[in-house]
Amino acid sequence: MPEKSMRHAINDALSEELARDDSAYLIGEDVGKPGGSFAVTRGLHDEFGGDRVIDTPISEAAIVGSSAGAGLTGSRPIAEIMYADFMGLAVDQVMNQAGLFKYMFGGDVSVPITIRTVNGGPGSNAAAQHSKSLHGLFMHMPGIRVVLANTPYDAKGLLKSAIRSDDPVLFFEHMELYNREGEVPEKSYTLPLGEAAVEREGADVTVVATQKMLHHALNVASSVAGNISVEVINPRTLKPLDIDTLIESARKTGRVIVADESVIQNGPASYIARRIEEEAFYHLEAPVEVIGVDDTPIPFSPPLTEAVVPDASDIETAIREMPRI
Amino acid sequence: MPDEVAKHTEQLADQLREMILIREFETRVSSLFEDNELPGFVHLCLGQEAVATGACWTIGDKDYITSTHRGHGHSIAKGLEPDRMMAELFGKETGYCGGKSGSMHIADVSQGMLGANGIVGAGPSLAAGAGLSIEQSDEDRVCLSFFGEGSMAEGVVHESMNLAGVRDLPVVFICENNQYGEMTPAADQHNVDGFEARGEVYDMPAETVDGMSVHDVYEATAEAVERARNGSGPSLIICDTYRYHGHYEGDPTTYRTDEEVEQWREHDPIDTLEASLVEGGHLDESEVEAIRSTASDRIDEAVQFARDSDYPDEETAFEGVYTEEI
Ligand SMILES: Cc1ncc(C[n+]2csc(CCOP(=O)(O)OP(=O)(O)O)c2C)c(N)n1
Repeated sequence: MPEKSMRHAINDALSEELARDDSAYLIGEDVGKPGGSFAVTRGLHDEFGGDRVIDTPISEAAIVGSSAGAGLTGSRPIAEIMYADFMGLAVDQVMNQAGLFKYMFGGDVSVPITIRTVNGGPGSNAAAQHSKSLHGLFMHMPGIRVVLANTPYDAKGLLKSAIRSDDPVLFFEHMELYNREGEVPEKSYTLPLGEAAVEREGADVTVVATQKMLHHALNVASSVAGNISVEVINPRTLKPLDIDTLIESARKTGRVIVADESVIQNGPASYIARRIEEEAFYHLEAPVEVIGVDDTPIPFSPPLTEAVVPDASDIETAIREMPRI
Repeated sequence: MPDEVAKHTEQLADQLREMILIREFETRVSSLFEDNELPGFVHLCLGQEAVATGACWTIGDKDYITSTHRGHGHSIAKGLEPDRMMAELFGKETGYCGGKSGSMHIADVSQGMLGANGIVGAGPSLAAGAGLSIEQSDEDRVCLSFFGEGSMAEGVVHESMNLAGVRDLPVVFICENNQYGEMTPAADQHNVDGFEARGEVYDMPAETVDGMSVHDVYEATAEAVERARNGSGPSLIICDTYRYHGHYEGDPTTYRTDEEVEQWREHDPIDTLEASLVEGGHLDESEVEAIRSTASDRIDEAVQFARDSDYPDEETAFEGVYTEEI
């Protein structure tokens, strides 16, 4: 299988879906001629033209609100919001519009929109307004599916499913994973929304990890392999969450760590931990450990960022400190 | 501009000095960034110095400004010290925000600098808030709100201008039209011919001025500030200007031509003012030279100060989130 970067895998998915479905279009700031702030949409404007790949004024509310409207009236918009932080300006369009239509309008309508946005990036020292991981915010909203791009393989298969989904999907990429390469089949394929992947099998401890944390977890799992057998699980989608796969692993290992780059308090990792504790309680040797960001914004200065954002060593420490390992 | 030069020589020479300081600061930032000495990313206002200087020259210490992600010029013009700004860009504890902000969020509320801002269009709403608090306290302060023409597409900018208009708030909205929002030309983002029309909608005086002329920016802002102080409400000033560098440092700028950049550089706000001051006999070459070397020394000191400063303690990363620890 050829290796491709996450950026390339996402670009392939967009290109294939635009070609497959005439009702799909791409919309966002600088996504067209400039090819996207992170060069993810490069070439698509040439391929599909300015009516299918639309550069907009700087207006997140209009990008997402118009997508909600277009989704309701027969189109399949794929919106890009440059950084998850800027979703702040478009939250109403998700929370009070796109996410509610199906339910409020009696169930007969659908809003087949995908909003791609970018999490994280504390490694770029972009500071508090350009570094948040905000998937948890949208997990909080009924009617919204939440998907994470954790590997190039996932990114392509999941994005294609997200675009084909008739529900609004928030699709989170990660700034520091765009260059990361991984195996991606050349042919068209989709991955179901709601199926986790066991990326590495192990017997002693389960690490459920998202986005960059997944890659840290896999590295740590390899480096401690002689002493501790770590199972690494990539949940892929958070709504729906494939709780069965997580429970099965928790029952097997009895020890679980959940690592995610967003704020711990009321966040995705805490939610996953609660579900596991609830459903695998009698199999656990220890409370589920949660790794994430404390209740603090992401600072600018490199040593401060390092203090706030979890990394591989936090995962390794958590693994080593698990009782009876 | 000979008459103006005669009228304002003293002031223009000082304004020239400040613009040169801003340029020196940013030119240094550009090279430090290239040498990987600065974390994060930086957006420079090289070419736009006349807007920051001309506008801020009309206000005093007790007045406020709101800024943008391209805020170094505004900060210096508002009186912030290059040393602590540079230290902030290095992520050091002596920086204005203790290393928490970086280039994009430098602030010093005690000096009326309500923050650079990484969110496009956020400034004008904060300015309306400053306007409201000025009204509540019955003082005669004003707030200048700098924002790019790109943010004219954000709803919140319009909502803020409307609020300021309805409440006659003491705010001067200063739109820096540097012709591009990131990589997309202004003409592709807005269907208006000149943004003055936006002022009409919210019933506030609006005009477009040559943003490469510190004098023109100064005159227009002074008038607007006067109106704001005497209770006649907000104004909108559009400054036509240009950024010489890319959107961010490292931007390959494939979306514009070198000729275009050259054409704007011919109207460089510093060179043209300098030339007219020298031609008019108000400054001689050696004085200009002295201004430049003073600025350069000043920035050397700032860089040294930043390099010599310590990084903040890790614990500070978790401090200052709330007024009392919770
Ligand atoms: C809400 C929001 N959307 C998008 C961005 C990304 N962004 C940063 S600067 C910029 C362009 C701003 O253009 P303009 O307002 O004209 O200011 P300029 O950069 O030209 O000074 C964009 C789109 C952002 N920072 N915030």
